[in-house]
Amino acid sequence: MRIFALVLLATAFAMPAAADEKPIQLKEAPGLDKVEGNCAGCHSLDYVVMNSPFPNAAVWDAEVSKMIKSFGAPIEEPDAKIVADYLKKQYGN
Amino acid sequence: MPRQRPHLSDIYTRPRAGFGGVGDRQTVSRRHFLAGSAAAAVAASGAVSPAPTRAEAASLNLPSELPDGTRAEAILDALPGKKRLIKLSYRPPNYETPIEYFRTAITPNDAFFVRYHLSNIPEVDGATWKVAVGGEGANGQTELTLDDLKKMPAVEVVAVNQCSGNRRGLFQPHVTGVEWGYGAMGCARWNGASLKDVLAKVGIKKEAIEIVFDGADGPAVEKTPDFIKSIPVWKAMEDSTLIAYEMNGQPLPHFNGFPARIVVPGWTGTYWVKHVTSIKAVTTPETGFWMKAAYRIPVGKFPLVARFASQETAVNTPVTEMVVNSLITSHAGGATVRAGFPVTLGGIAWDAGYGISTVELSTDGGKTWQSAKLGEDLGRFAFRAFEYSLTPKSKGRQIVMARAANRIGQTQTPELILNPAGYHHNVIQSLVLNVA
Repeated sequence: MRIFALVLLATAFAMPAAADEKPIQLKEAPGLDKVEGNCAGCHSLDYVVMNSPFPNAAVWDAEVSKMIKSFGAPIEEPDAKIVADYLKKQYGN
Repeated sequence: MPRQRPHLSDIYTRPRAGFGGVGDRQTVSRRHFLAGSAAAAVAASGAVSPAPTRAEAASLNLPSELPDGTRAEAILDALPGKKRLIKLSYRPPNYETPIEYFRTAITPNDAFFVRYHLSNIPEVDGATWKVAVGGEGANGQTELTLDDLKKMPAVEVVAVNQCSGNRRGLFQPHVTGVEWGYGAMGCARWNGASLKDVLAKVGIKKEAIEIVFDGADGPAVEKTPDFIKSIPVWKAMEDSTLIAYEMNGQPLPHFNGFPARIVVPGWTGTYWVKHVTSIKAVTTPETGFWMKAAYRIPVGKFPLVARFASQETAVNTPVTEMVVNSLITSHAGGATVRAGFPVTLGGIAWDAGYGISTVELSTDGGKTWQSAKLGEDLGRFAFRAFEYSLTPKSKGRQIVMARAANRIGQTQTPELILNPAGYHHNVIQSLVLNVA
């Protein structure tokens, strides 16, 4: 359901039951701040670790592209490149 | 409507609380759950598919084929109202069921797997919840409350809900996605109103081709496509397709779609929309991302019967019904058994509702196969338990293979059927036992 529709239905919903999310510490390396800042808003960063280390550079490029084009992630181009480079170097093969 | 995701600063600074952290994982991982006294008890009783006991807590038992990263980050963790399951991702929550819970044909609600695509998951109040029924392919429109649904004739079906991507983590080469092991599935006794009866309240035009579902869960950012799914009208009109408000005699757990979800027996979980808020009949194919781009398989690669004609293209088609499959659940890979002593291997088999006809096991690498004994038949859409008694002769590695077949002659594949998104893994299992 779209967010604007959720607002209309707010009376039907109580506070959400969130998971007890633990911090996910990705590898300290250049670009980590951009990964945390651009990716963790929509999903926990265990997604990165889970999908590693098998992706090659093309697969990580495609993943970042999918997040932007298919899922509408608001990531500016300079950041997108930094994020993809970080993933390739730290979580690629 | 408060956003459910924590502020970013919270994600990184909140201290670990409770169990399920990294240290905890190390104490429970790779414990072979039939080791020691539990194994002895099972061997002595010869019981079929014994239920997990408190002394036999669920364990990770991560398959060795999973990506290294998955094996490093997966932990046992409990969502509110749930037992400790195998956490693959926190947000959106993706938690799979440890195989201990598949020793019976019915999966307990608090151990049932959790799968979400979008992270904004409101807790729905059953007293004020409504589902809107209508659409341009319907003659009218209405809203139904939970009480309205419960006043309609109740239909019960025991059915397997399995993620299309269950076992994706076993794909070689690996493909991206949630890297499930064996547990993105469960079987429950679902109760609800038949979708056919619900649709009859508004009347479906003869031009209607699909029924479209939307649930209360939504994306973290507005540009992310909402999770909207459709099924063909013919499938929606089957007697066993439900809008279910009970699971194993209880209200649905929050993380399994409270207060009501769509139940599409035989078809993969992607169509079983949780927290359903909208049911629409349409005369043109649904074009959202989750139908048009996601959950698609190449045309002609899988031996499937059920087609979704209005969504097919020249090259791909939506995933529809489940492929025939089985899983040995009495033992995890690497479990130790004793040479010269009989051991009962048990497990479950399932398909898209044609009905399991045989489960066979092989202890000689697939040269010869012996029939397992099938357990109680809970209905054609349910898990079917099986058991097989084996006396390992010599010490060392013993590989046990299992394969199921159904009443229309489908069986499990010996070789992985590659597809880009990693769906429909039903490769014949080869379980390694250590004979000591």
